[in-house]
Amino acid sequence: MIGGSELAALRPGERHALAALPRLSIERFRAATLEAVQAGARIGALFAKPLGDRCELFCVLLDGASGRFRVGVCEVARAYPALTPDCPQAHLFEREIAEQAGVEPLSHPWLKPVRLRTVDDAGFAPFRMDGESVHEVAVGPIHAGVIEPGHFRFQCHGERVFHLEIALGYQHRGVERALVGGPTKRTLPLIETLAGDTSVGHTVAYSQAIEALSGRPAPPRAEALRAVALELERMANHVGDLGALSGDVGYLPAAAFCGRLRGEFLNLTALVCGSRLGRGWIRPGGVAFDAEPARAAGIRERMREALRDFHGARDLLRNTSTVRARFEETGVLARETCEQLGIVGLPARAAGLERDARHEFPSGAYHLDRIPLATWTGGDVFARARVRWMEVDHSAAYVADRLCALPQGPVRAERGPLAPQSIAVSVVEGWRGEICHVALTDDAGRLGAYKVVDPSFHNWTALALAMRDQAISDFPLCNKSFNLSYCGFDL
Amino acid sequence: MLKALHQRLRQGHRTFAYPRRWPELPERFRGLPAIDASRCPEGCRDCAAACPTEAITVESSTVRLDLGRCLFCGECAAACPEGAVGYTSEFRLAARRREDLLLIGGGAPARATALDERLRRIFGRSLRLRQVSAGGCNGCEVEVNVLNTVVFDLARFGIQFVASPRHADGLLITGPVTQGMREALRLAYQAVPAPKLVIAVGACAISGGPYVDHPEATNGAESTVPVDLFVPGCPPHPWTILDGLLRLLGRVGD
Repeated sequence: MIGGSELAALRPGERHALAALPRLSIERFRAATLEAVQAGARIGALFAKPLGDRCELFCVLLDGASGRFRVGVCEVARAYPALTPDCPQAHLFEREIAEQAGVEPLSHPWLKPVRLRTVDDAGFAPFRMDGESVHEVAVGPIHAGVIEPGHFRFQCHGERVFHLEIALGYQHRGVERALVGGPTKRTLPLIETLAGDTSVGHTVAYSQAIEALSGRPAPPRAEALRAVALELERMANHVGDLGALSGDVGYLPAAAFCGRLRGEFLNLTALVCGSRLGRGWIRPGGVAFDAEPARAAGIRERMREALRDFHGARDLLRNTSTVRARFEETGVLARETCEQLGIVGLPARAAGLERDARHEFPSGAYHLDRIPLATWTGGDVFARARVRWMEVDHSAAYVADRLCALPQGPVRAERGPLAPQSIAVSVVEGWRGEICHVALTDDAGRLGAYKVVDPSFHNWTALALAMRDQAISDFPLCNKSFNLSYCGFDL
Repeated sequence: MLKALHQRLRQGHRTFAYPRRWPELPERFRGLPAIDASRCPEGCRDCAAACPTEAITVESSTVRLDLGRCLFCGECAAACPEGAVGYTSEFRLAARRREDLLLIGGGAPARATALDERLRRIFGRSLRLRQVSAGGCNGCEVEVNVLNTVVFDLARFGIQFVASPRHADGLLITGPVTQGMREALRLAYQAVPAPKLVIAVGACAISGGPYVDHPEATNGAESTVPVDLFVPGCPPHPWTILDGLLRLLGRVGD
């Protein structure tokens, strides 16, 4: 048992009655949270739910050592002493609380709005440096490529970047607000487009939360197919990213090969569900499309070919000294920074942290099947590329195995009503990192609040820090090595 | 260098000969929905009730489908008690006018017609587009990006994405046009020199998609700029996008 013993403990797939959650005073809420973080847990979600003219603060701590989620609740009025000065990984969550609920986290160092687009009006003009030869480069919201919008400001001295300030929110389309009162027939399309390149990841997280609340898990065959879908999504995106990284250092052979191969992996997903992005495949209660033996065999065959070509491209990337020279020691993110700021997923693993929800909080098929954990050291662009190609191999081996031996039985269970006044947490390792969903139901068993934390919510700060002391010309390369989601952040 | 060449030989020529050859689509691909209204039971509205974006409406046994709202999600097919709703592999869905996407009592949309002679002379063999994502979830964006890969090889048709609206002949817009992006989109449109084109890709950019009537967004590109080509889908298949672009330029006919 780690710290934070006053908090409720949930296993993945469990629901908990809201009334049975320990209600803590703000002092004890802070102490329990800090104690748990000290002992190695990280903040998965921290949000405010309005309650009359007051608010309830919910903190969900992910305790990888015990595989439990620890939840605490605390009622606050207009202000409370912020966690951030003692616990840096709370910084963005508390900015979000201030913006969404109007509750002020006192002594928070920088309550700049998270998604509001009236930053200047709110007295939060971008950070600015002055001095001889210091200059500012502002980019966006519309960028040069076919990519989502966001605003970046670099404070530079010549080529060297002192500081990068990232302002997002341009993609805000009110998803969390629209989920309240659901599930409705609009809910699944909203979940599938939370981050359109992670449709499978977010829909699995949502489905698991709903299944926990209704007490009806998905059948084993569906769980295995969900894991296959998640790994296919991971492979497609990793392969695409490796191609884009090659393109950003001007190594076009691997860029061209991987660009095509990404499509091959997307097409494998389409073989099962008709959609390259996995739309319509995952549904609460199971999956909507099965992979019958002939189909599964076809996928294995095509995956083998795609993987062979990918290995060819990867070897070019790995053995070309000019590529390595540009990847190595670029955009370094220190392991300590990842720990302090709660960085998740691939960038954390590339900095040596063993952070992978498939191992820490196994759910569904990952209970039984362990995919090897891929980590590397150095925290640079090379490490992030290397973890990607390791994970492609691990995922491919898993998919090939699993498709040979899918559990028998149905792929979908009847969905029951959601338990009223309950909470469920689901954590899924998407291709970027852990996706955390927190679902709360009201008296009638409808969603009273739904919190989505995309891995990008944690990791944009990591990109800003990785850019410090870098050449500004390396920004595209660093940015691509994280490849974070704008809409997953903006919601 | 030799290894790169060897790999290039091994991976081979991968560009697909569209429009000369018919693209390969997966068996479960959801293209143009087909609704057989003759099998509708009296008073049944199950497909309309299941549709997440109200793309289907049923009025006195006439089924209307708005392809601009359709997410191709399959909920209507699952809900139909008669199995009268299905999807075809028809991927050529782009239209020039919004109303062409309204299908009454089944059928296919009027396929996009080519630009007039003057615009075809200007853009027909060289079209530069600036892509603007205005609340897009990165689904449409990735499927647009794919057109630059060797399989689709968009550049062989003289179509390219450029970094600045000032270098562009038009905008390709994705997303429901969020309030946060509306001003940026307006400025980008102004910055494109006339004559200019606007292409709306995906259900969001056409109608708001799953975000229809959200106050945080504006129900698509037409809220802010005039649109010359509508490409339905959530996201559209890359072949659907390419087909629409080629029809607009008069490079593909029926």
